[in-house]
Amino acid sequence: MIEVKNLTKRYAGVTAINDLSFEVGKGEIVGFLGPNGAGKSTTMRILSSFMPATAGTASVAGYDVFKQSLKARRHLGYLPENVPLYTDMRVDEYLHYRGSLKGIHGRKLRDRIVDVKELCNLTDVERKIIGTLSKGYRQRVGLAEAMIHEPDLLILDEPTIGLDPNQIRQVRDLIKNLGKRHTILLSTHILPEVEMTCTRVLIINKGRIEASDSPANLLAKLRSASEVTIEAQTGADNGGDQLSAIAGVKEVTLQPGEDDWKKFILRVDASSEIREEVFRMAVNRKWNLRELSRSRATLEDVFVEMTQAD
Amino acid sequence: MRVFLTLLGREVRSYFYSPIAYVVLVFVLLLTGFNFSAGVSLLNRGPSEVTVLEAFFNTVLFWFGYVLIFPLITMRTFSEEFKMGTIETLMTAPVGDISVVLSKFFGAFIFYVILWIPSILYFVIFEWITSAQAARASGAYFGSYLLLLVMGAFYISVGCLASSLTRNQMIAAVISFASITLLFFTGLLSFIILNVSPVVRDLIGYFSAIEHMGEFSRGLIDSRPLVYYLSMTVLMLFITLQVFQARKWRS
Repeated sequence: MIEVKNLTKRYAGVTAINDLSFEVGKGEIVGFLGPNGAGKSTTMRILSSFMPATAGTASVAGYDVFKQSLKARRHLGYLPENVPLYTDMRVDEYLHYRGSLKGIHGRKLRDRIVDVKELCNLTDVERKIIGTLSKGYRQRVGLAEAMIHEPDLLILDEPTIGLDPNQIRQVRDLIKNLGKRHTILLSTHILPEVEMTCTRVLIINKGRIEASDSPANLLAKLRSASEVTIEAQTGADNGGDQLSAIAGVKEVTLQPGEDDWKKFILRVDASSEIREEVFRMAVNRKWNLRELSRSRATLEDVFVEMTQAD
Repeated sequence: MRVFLTLLGREVRSYFYSPIAYVVLVFVLLLTGFNFSAGVSLLNRGPSEVTVLEAFFNTVLFWFGYVLIFPLITMRTFSEEFKMGTIETLMTAPVGDISVVLSKFFGAFIFYVILWIPSILYFVIFEWITSAQAARASGAYFGSYLLLLVMGAFYISVGCLASSLTRNQMIAAVISFASITLLFFTGLLSFIILNVSPVVRDLIGYFSAIEHMGEFSRGLIDSRPLVYYLSMTVLMLFITLQVFQARKWRS
């Protein structure tokens, strides 16, 4: 659905994206991640034919976004970052206007307006002027507008920014549902959202692709895939020495605790399970144990590891 | 074509969503109303060579107000889209650049035409009440309103060009006001500098809106001003299109 080859964009000397190549297949929901200024919005703007690239090619639904821009745009619904809307129009009026711009008319358009209003929970504000709506409603008006012509591809730039937790959940469910019929490329900073909705993650940093894989695979690959937290009174023992001797433990860090409680954070291989062994050791050495827990790395850890400047 | 009509519909309606439309409407109504009654009372004082129609279209007050209209109705055409960011949703929909530029131009033009409709009523009412002629012949009506249309088209295209240059409406208004006034005053040069050769005077006369209106309101319809205004309109719109497309590359 999307094909990007060696895409580069320079603004007045600054390279926003550098030699970017990736593909998005039909039916995928791809999360586009990266720190602010990494080039996410620029890439999305090029894909939606809003600005031309400096070098390289990109195509949407088989049409080059620059040479066959009108055809490419017909297959695309795009929600820009700040959700620009005509604040002087009513919701219904706006959806009608945008629908006919995108080439649907008459009864079909009326049906679609009813559908998208229902999908995005806009029916109760259909007669309101957009300028008077709250951020959350505006966001959903933008989303409704982006999908009004049932595009093959939806490009959503931070679709959940400015929404409250309930609305975020609604939009997330909406995106999941849309994913059954549409291909979706979305950017966001809310990482749990990506883990829940996306089939694939693209991480971009300083204009380059750092990773492209399913959320599960990315987590498995991560160095700090798993952590075990232990809080114990180790008595005469130092604790750290004994724990690092356990097979599979890569690193032990000691955090100061209250009284003589010590808190150890163990980095372990994602595959190995060491909690039982820690427990036996504690019994044998007469340690008092009050916490023994394991936490999985989250996408956030992956993100931080891949994009932090080192 | 359908896309163009959709865009045009939105352009024309958007004038009436904003208070600017009503302010301009009231302003033009007051101006033309005052101008008309001043013209009629002037003719009341004694016999005169000019008709009501000629008096209406050839006063200082008329021209003063006339050049003010254009910055007001064109300043928002492109600037507002740039400022609000709606240009991004607009240009990522399947619409061509030409349709967008033409819809902005014709949207402003239609609003401009609406502004002048009430003034036609003045003459209808005048003739109805006084049962006297307000013009030398019906051709004079036709001529003055025809010129009003083509001249308006040209000044609106100048305004659109100014608006496509900036995201700030005030700057757009100042640019269009300055250029339209400058164009207008070029035509006045022959009134100010008296000792020029007849050739230069003729040349300036070709650009003079006042001279054009003087002729057309007498019913003298000359094709040269029509060609001049229409071709300049096309040229301005062509430049606007280039500026609008170039924006993409600069950003």
